[in-house]
Amino acid sequence: MNSLWSLALATLVKDIRLEWRSKDALNAMLFFSLLVVVIFSFSFDPSAEESRQIAGGLIWVAFLFAAIVALNQTWARELRNQVLDAYRVSPAPANSLFLAKALGNFLFVLILEALMTPLFIVFYNLRALGPAWQLIPVGVLGTWALVVNGTFFAALSIRTRSREIMLPLLLFPISIPAIQGMVEATRIILAADGSARFWIVLLITYDVVFTTACLGLFGTILQAE
Amino acid sequence: MNAVKFMFAAYIATWLIHGIYLGTVVNRFKKLQSQLKELGKK
Amino acid sequence: MKRAFTILSILTALLLAYGLYQALVVAPTERTMGDIQRIFYYHVPNAWTAFCLFTVNLIASVAYLITKKVKADALAVASAEVGVIFCTIVLVTGPIWARPVWGIWWTWDVRLTTTLVLWLIYVAYLVLRRFSDSAQTPVLAAVLAVFGALDVPLVYFSIWFFRTQHPQPVMGKGGSLDPQMLHAFLINLLAFSCFGAMVCWARYRLEMLHREVDELHALESLAGTDSVKPSMPLQRSSR
Repeated sequence: MNSLWSLALATLVKDIRLEWRSKDALNAMLFFSLLVVVIFSFSFDPSAEESRQIAGGLIWVAFLFAAIVALNQTWARELRNQVLDAYRVSPAPANSLFLAKALGNFLFVLILEALMTPLFIVFYNLRALGPAWQLIPVGVLGTWALVVNGTFFAALSIRTRSREIMLPLLLFPISIPAIQGMVEATRIILAADGSARFWIVLLITYDVVFTTACLGLFGTILQAE
Repeated sequence: MNAVKFMFAAYIATWLIHGIYLGTVVNRFKKLQSQLKELGKK
Repeated sequence: MKRAFTILSILTALLLAYGLYQALVVAPTERTMGDIQRIFYYHVPNAWTAFCLFTVNLIASVAYLITKKVKADALAVASAEVGVIFCTIVLVTGPIWARPVWGIWWTWDVRLTTTLVLWLIYVAYLVLRRFSDSAQTPVLAAVLAVFGALDVPLVYFSIWFFRTQHPQPVMGKGGSLDPQMLHAFLINLLAFSCFGAMVCWARYRLEMLHREVDELHALESLAGTDSVKPSMPLQRSSR
């Protein structure tokens, strides 16, 4: 157990350091996220009341697109340098690699969301009528739901043609219950339309089920590549 | 009645889709059978 | 084996013809909806068969992950493909039914949405199988099937809850069933189940044949060019 976490952390730190050195990809993705917010805000210009109803959907779709861009390059470096072969023959547990990648993506997408959210608030004049603090667990749980499956499916699609389109193709259908949870919870919190408790519980359930599935099956697909 | 047209459309659509799919399966089967015969002759 | 298949095909054809007769001629017209209700005799049996096929795919996928037997994988492919066909029919006949009855083509009700998500998951499964260049594609596809199976209950549950908050028309069977209607429904249910089994079996045999031919092609290219006769005649593996 100890080696699993220490190895995962070591790999995560290495990834962060590498990303930080070549900030190009980082900057490009940040700018892309900004553009997504602007385009969405431009296309949908609702009144204050309407915006509280639809902002949840718009924001999470925007986050989803930004996340896909980040997820697509998850394994790119590993693929280029035959790291996966090295990992397969090493005694390192496969899950530490998965955890490192998933956590890395998670942190990165959270940063993207942290940058996009103020822009959405500004463009849509958003003000939460309900308990705004609840948006934080919704954001964290929802992001993890997208990232954990996204990292897994990115690994599934490594050796496929049209790799970049394969990831959203696999991820979107499976993520539907999670997306519904995120969007509904956000809408309920913004519009103070009841309790978001069910959706938060759904997100927790989704996260638990799929984190377990990913951890359980990552070894299998790592061997299978 | 207009609604009856929808009903027939549904039935026809069902058989069209099933028929086309069965047709492709049979076609591929025939092609593979002929390939097999060719390989067997060699 | 071949005789059993022929018998099944003939039985299926008879059942389907009888079912059609029952659905269009014998079954009485529904009081509130009219003749359009007869779509129900096709819509629901196809849905039932699609779900059965997807369940077969799940079982075959797990069996493949555990045993790595080729037959399990071939069955997984067959059931997925045929399942998608039946599922497509559900998604086509559903809106055709809904439009004249409720005036809307689509609604995000529990059954229809779950069917759509299942369709999306399995189309993605088929795309993965086609686009994957890995030698271990069957393993990857089997894992995806497991993920899909984990997802479906969550989809159903989340939409169910959503619908209790925001009720809308449910594309269900309309009202109680008159015994003649029930009879017509059951005949068609049996007919399409047999049809699904038959097509899946045919697709499975096609898949096994495909692999056999691929194997022989590979052996042939290993044995050398056409002008050189292999020392041992190419044998068909007995299965």
